[in-house]
Amino acid sequence: MTITARDIEKTFDRYPALNGVTLEIAEGELLALLGPSGSGKTTLLRLIAGLEFPEKGQILFDDQDMTLAGAADRRVGFVFQQYALFRHMTVARNVAFGLDVRKRAQRPSKEEILKRVDELLKLVELDGLGKRFPNQLSGGQRQRVALARALAVNPRVLLLDEPFGALDATVRKSLRKELRRIHDATGVTTIFVTHDQEEALELADRVAILNLGRIEQVGTPTEVYDAPSGPFVCGFVGAANRFEGDVQAERFTGGGLTLAAPGVANGSATAFVRPHDLVPAADGDGFDVVAHRVTAQGPVVHIEGLTLAGLPFEAHFARENAQGLAPGAKLRLAPSKAYVFPA
Amino acid sequence: MKRATARLATEEPAWIKALILAVVATFLVLVLILPMVTVFVEALRRGVGPALEAIREPDAVAAMKLTLLTAAIAVPFNAFFGICAAWAVAKHEFRFKPFLITLIDLPFSVSPVVAGLIYVLVFGAQGWFGEWLIDHDIKIIFATPGIVLATVFVTFPFVARELIPLMQEQGVDEEEAAVSLGASGLRTFWSVTAPNIRWALLYGMLLCNARAMGEFGAVSVVSGHIRGMTNTMPLHVEILYNEYNFVGAFAVAGVLCGLAVVTLTLKTLLEVAQPHGRVGH
Amino acid sequence: MTAPTDRNIVANAPQRTAVQAAPRRGWTWRRRSAIPGFGLTMGVTLAILSCIVLIPLSAVILRSAGQGPADFLSAAFSERAFTAYRLSFGAALVAALINGLFGLPTAWAMVRYQFPGKAAVNAIIDLPFALPTAVAGIALASLYAENGWVGGLLAPLGVKVAYTPLGVIIALTFIGLPFVVRTLEPVMRDLSHDVEEAAASLGASRLDTILRVIMPSLAPAWVTGFAMAFARGVGEYGSVIFIAGNMPYKSEIAPLLIIIELEQYDYAGAAAIAVVMLLVSFAMLFVINAIQAYARRFA
Repeated sequence: MTITARDIEKTFDRYPALNGVTLEIAEGELLALLGPSGSGKTTLLRLIAGLEFPEKGQILFDDQDMTLAGAADRRVGFVFQQYALFRHMTVARNVAFGLDVRKRAQRPSKEEILKRVDELLKLVELDGLGKRFPNQLSGGQRQRVALARALAVNPRVLLLDEPFGALDATVRKSLRKELRRIHDATGVTTIFVTHDQEEALELADRVAILNLGRIEQVGTPTEVYDAPSGPFVCGFVGAANRFEGDVQAERFTGGGLTLAAPGVANGSATAFVRPHDLVPAADGDGFDVVAHRVTAQGPVVHIEGLTLAGLPFEAHFARENAQGLAPGAKLRLAPSKAYVFPA
Repeated sequence: MKRATARLATEEPAWIKALILAVVATFLVLVLILPMVTVFVEALRRGVGPALEAIREPDAVAAMKLTLLTAAIAVPFNAFFGICAAWAVAKHEFRFKPFLITLIDLPFSVSPVVAGLIYVLVFGAQGWFGEWLIDHDIKIIFATPGIVLATVFVTFPFVARELIPLMQEQGVDEEEAAVSLGASGLRTFWSVTAPNIRWALLYGMLLCNARAMGEFGAVSVVSGHIRGMTNTMPLHVEILYNEYNFVGAFAVAGVLCGLAVVTLTLKTLLEVAQPHGRVGH
Repeated sequence: MTAPTDRNIVANAPQRTAVQAAPRRGWTWRRRSAIPGFGLTMGVTLAILSCIVLIPLSAVILRSAGQGPADFLSAAFSERAFTAYRLSFGAALVAALINGLFGLPTAWAMVRYQFPGKAAVNAIIDLPFALPTAVAGIALASLYAENGWVGGLLAPLGVKVAYTPLGVIIALTFIGLPFVVRTLEPVMRDLSHDVEEAAASLGASRLDTILRVIMPSLAPAWVTGFAMAFARGVGEYGSVIFIAGNMPYKSEIAPLLIIIELEQYDYAGAAAIAVVMLLVSFAMLFVINAIQAYARRFA
């Protein structure tokens, strides 16, 4: 099912949470809503679920206007950050809940419900734990129960709010793969909210980046990383060194750096260079730096230090290019690629 | 589009809300508000004069004095007990702790009449110490000491049960720091613990005081109902009421009612000073 | 709800024993600690507790034990005593049920709704804790008497409240009102909204959400409040005697019977009835603790 949010505005106590957001999610897609806290990403998710209602704009499920439909009438699966499991019900009853509460005419028979619960528990790899209570499960297991419960109603769209936020690093990694597997197995349109760019880039088909209640960019992980639409996306997705300066006649100068800036108008501007795009340079090219910290992290060597202008920088070299590099070393670096945005 | 369905998932439909509020309002008016209004209406049935007279009459004044005296002994005593008990229970670990807490709470589960009865069985003429007390001409039952004892019993847990959970929650870190810096036990209590518990202590004492001034059943058993001597205010209300002196009864009741309003106001203010969601008695 | 991780589930069980355990010299009943004053405060606590509560309470038990089982049973379960228990327990039960029924929406309104005068209503709910029971008694008696404001409305319908068991129920409803409301409120406040939202997004109607999700979480607190209101009602005296009528075998409550026995200097008889009431109180205390322990299982 295609989901469309059109010109959405939503305020909380006069503080704008969403400010003219338009977004379309395609059938079967796995989309990440990525942004810092307060960017409005969770609000957008809750609007799609019918847990909040916008002041302006529309929410469409295919061509159907769902803007003001209640949560119970939308058939969406929502996975809460803290899982929101029913504590007094067993795992199986939790998963069956969405089917149990259906009107008699639409409710599957007891046997069908049991069968469906078994299937789902198998899908999330919790078979055999149906009789447990939520407080007898680990965090990762609770997360899976929440997922199974949301999937039980055959939702038209699956919505997950910071699905891995409350888990520790190792569980988080394995559940990420799990979510991708389950999405591919069920084919259900899925939207998840995260503030972790690594998570968004690894998992999603497309990423929508929000900042201050607006969408900055929507694109595939490669697009948002390689072709950021603006300074916010460039700084938020992946690490980047930042240089303030000016553009004159499509050339950027600032922080000891001179770059081609095709298509950028004259005036003050900001240049971003990713650490792995900083490479050793010949004399007459690039800028001088002093390395203060050199740390090997697997195949990559991280170099932190100051430019002659006193700006901090970070560069990543492949190991073989960093032989003999020690703190205190003077280097000459040049960007192999840079992004320049008018300020 | 049907606007009516734009209701948050955590809210009831408006008509259900209105229905609940109406039911609650009716219930509270019938059970709580009307009785309180009745007290003042009945007291002023013949105007302000007779009501004031009933309050100024010597027996009424004596009852007020006795009530104040009783509260003035019972409240500090129970506050002292409450602080000792809370210090021992909340700041130390020992076996049978839950059992001790249950014992401290016990007087709340005992009928006030039984509370009075136990002192009659101990100190009354036929009681354990009855003969000895008569020989030495000491009166406890049907006298002020009995009234104070019975009041102490029924208000026994008020301060302790406010302080114990609070002090348990606050832990022992600050006290351990003070002791390790060389402070004595008493100094630690005054400088470190007391500032943390003062609102809860006041709260407990406030509830303790309200119950001490209003206690009827337990005091009724041990008082002997001697006018001007062993009648507290609630007992005085009873006597006037049973003599069909309704204006007098409700006038004195009005004073107690005013006291209750003051208590509730102070209680609300204290809850602002230190919010908590405990159940009082 | 806090964020549960695999780690702190495991770490829940042994708390601070490992750090604090002092070298043990044989059997010890308390853990050594750096905080002074344990001996003194514990001594004072136990001494006062014994003098004020435990020794006098044991008097009532020893007194009734001293009279032999036959006399005890005939005093404790005479026909008059039996009807008094029936009224005390029956009326307390009905009053607790009424409070359970109305206390639930009251607590809900206090926690979830905004309305004018809410702070005043919040204070008023505690009135039964603050108002002397005798005052409540005479107020209720004149309000529900046949010439009273409410009693006058009910009289034409043939309903007599004052001086009947119905009056006892009204008085005990007044006395027990705060218990249900005040035990429910904190639990309702702690209910997480996202559980209700989860139910709704799974297709549950508001009614289904309330019945299947909210009510089960409230049940332990509800039953606790009910039990507390009941326990308080059973022993209540002051507010009841003015409205009850106090007719032997009809509208006489158990605590009143104790007073009557005392006035006739039948101390043993009074003690026997008191023991029965004490046993019921202890049973209620046990029940309340058991409910709390049960509720903690799901926390």
